[in-house]
Amino acid sequence: MNELDLAVEVRGLVKRFGDVEAVRGIDLDVTAGETFGFLGPNGAGKSTTISMLCTLLRPDAGSARVAGHDVMSERDDVRRNIGLVFQDPTLDGYLSAEQNLRFHAELYGVPKAVVPERMRLVLEMVGLWERRGSLVQTYSGGMKRRLEIARGLLHAPRVLFLDEPTVGLDPQTRASIWRYIEELKAAEDITIFVTTHYMDEAEHADRIAIMDQGRIIALDTPEALKAAVGKDRVQLQVDDEDAAISALRERFGLEATIAEGHVTVAVEGGEAFVPRLFAELGVPIRGVSVARPSLDDVFMSYTGTTIRDAEAAGGPDPLMRIMAGRR
Amino acid sequence: MASTETRPAAGAGGTVITPAPVRVVVAPAGWRADLRGIKVVWQRELIRFWRDRLRIVTSLLQPLIFLFVLGGGLAQIASGGTEGVDLRTFMFPGALAMAVFFTAMFSAASVVWDREYGFLREMLVAPVRRGSIVLGKCIGGATVASFQGLLVMALAPLVHVPYSAVMVLEVLALQLLLAFMMTAFGVMFAVRVTQMQAFMALMQMVVTPLLFISGALFPLSGLPRWLEVLNRLDPLTYAVNPLREAVFSHLSLTVAAKAALLPGITWFGWQVPIAVQVLVVVAFAATMLSVAIWQFRRA
Repeated sequence: MNELDLAVEVRGLVKRFGDVEAVRGIDLDVTAGETFGFLGPNGAGKSTTISMLCTLLRPDAGSARVAGHDVMSERDDVRRNIGLVFQDPTLDGYLSAEQNLRFHAELYGVPKAVVPERMRLVLEMVGLWERRGSLVQTYSGGMKRRLEIARGLLHAPRVLFLDEPTVGLDPQTRASIWRYIEELKAAEDITIFVTTHYMDEAEHADRIAIMDQGRIIALDTPEALKAAVGKDRVQLQVDDEDAAISALRERFGLEATIAEGHVTVAVEGGEAFVPRLFAELGVPIRGVSVARPSLDDVFMSYTGTTIRDAEAAGGPDPLMRIMAGRR
Repeated sequence: MASTETRPAAGAGGTVITPAPVRVVVAPAGWRADLRGIKVVWQRELIRFWRDRLRIVTSLLQPLIFLFVLGGGLAQIASGGTEGVDLRTFMFPGALAMAVFFTAMFSAASVVWDREYGFLREMLVAPVRRGSIVLGKCIGGATVASFQGLLVMALAPLVHVPYSAVMVLEVLALQLLLAFMMTAFGVMFAVRVTQMQAFMALMQMVVTPLLFISGALFPLSGLPRWLEVLNRLDPLTYAVNPLREAVFSHLSLTVAAKAALLPGITWFGWQVPIAVQVLVVVAFAATMLSVAIWQFRRA
């Protein structure tokens, strides 16, 4: 498989539940080997999209190919080539970790000869090899999620789908999950498709699609998305704040304000601006900090609201309930 | 400009994991994949049954209560109508049916459980046909239920039924068939029901009447007309009667006792042969399995 192959190819994908259009015709290309982040508030249509890509839901219109196979006409081929880690646990608590993995290996037809070796590899990767004999019901939430990731990798899928892999976990465990994902990319020839509604986590992705109300509203690298929002936030520590503000207006044509006790100004390419600042401002500067726009700013610039507010306004999503009922 | 921000490259820091030494090429689709699906779902049923010893004991309790408490208690009043046969002996085949009956129901209930705990998804997204998962479930239910039935079978001498290899084999075969049918019957409903309480209530509502009407606890002679009609419509009837035949054919009963306790099944006056009765069960089992698979496909 060469680098230019597409791991996921989506054209005009639509899904309706009754009158509600959950996914409204999206297009998407994910290159093999990429870590692709799918970002948006709860109820934006991320889970519905992933369900269609994983052949769990039938699209109402459009087409999708995953790992080179059509999700509708080559369902089982798609399934054999993808690994899935859902938001909700899908482990059997009454079985040991090892038994859960064996079950999976059999279902996916992993050759018997390689099962022990492969099992050890994935369990060691997530640090659960020592606990392989314990019943899964004795595991903590973080351990269960790690086991699900290990299981999703057992059959060496070409695309790994992670649907909110860190939701409901404590910050430390969240960080370790992302560390596994990064290590995984180094170890295996794999494409990772991950959904999240945590903005900071989306930074781990090579490219991000932002979804809102069933549409993809932005798609690019995190850096490019943030650059498109434009301006970095530059904060100055100065003794004479008024002089600094008027100097900024006169020499650079910038309107500065005082925020959080510092003179704050929004400029494009904040880092390149710093040397000019020192050379041309003419007011003594004690310190400067440059902050990039966050993905929160990106989401806000496209939707006019923050992800948190979008979720709060939506309330409990009726679509999510339909989905839960279908599980 | 903004792209000058540096992010650590994946895998550059932290633990370095050696690239996958194992080349994994998963097997293609086809009947072998489906067969593996059946096998692994079946194995899981066995593992889980064995883990859950409490369930083995509790499922055993119900037939034992019917046999020894109800049977023992009613033996006095019933003695006039049993032609000298102990009521418990008469009820023994019914208890054999009950043992597999409730265990099979429990196996079916695990579908609801699996949905609640999410494991159903793991099975639904696997690259095997849904039918093989249902079939594995039903064979698994049949296996554990028949094991349960064997435990009750072991009590035979306590109710004056001597052991016989032929009888045990006949009973075991019938129990397997009955348990398979009941698991399929349960799965048929379990796929549609999302809550355990609802499933249990539904089963109580459907299963208890089926069991009573089947004649597991009373002889089929001299029934009121309406009960006779219901009895002939009950699929369980065609499993319970052959079970009773299998047990009673190894006892030395008087002609009068046989006529009173084992009149057999008639359809509009036609004495239905045992083979046909078994075929009726097979047909019911196949139908329920098909419906269960069809339901599962849409799940």
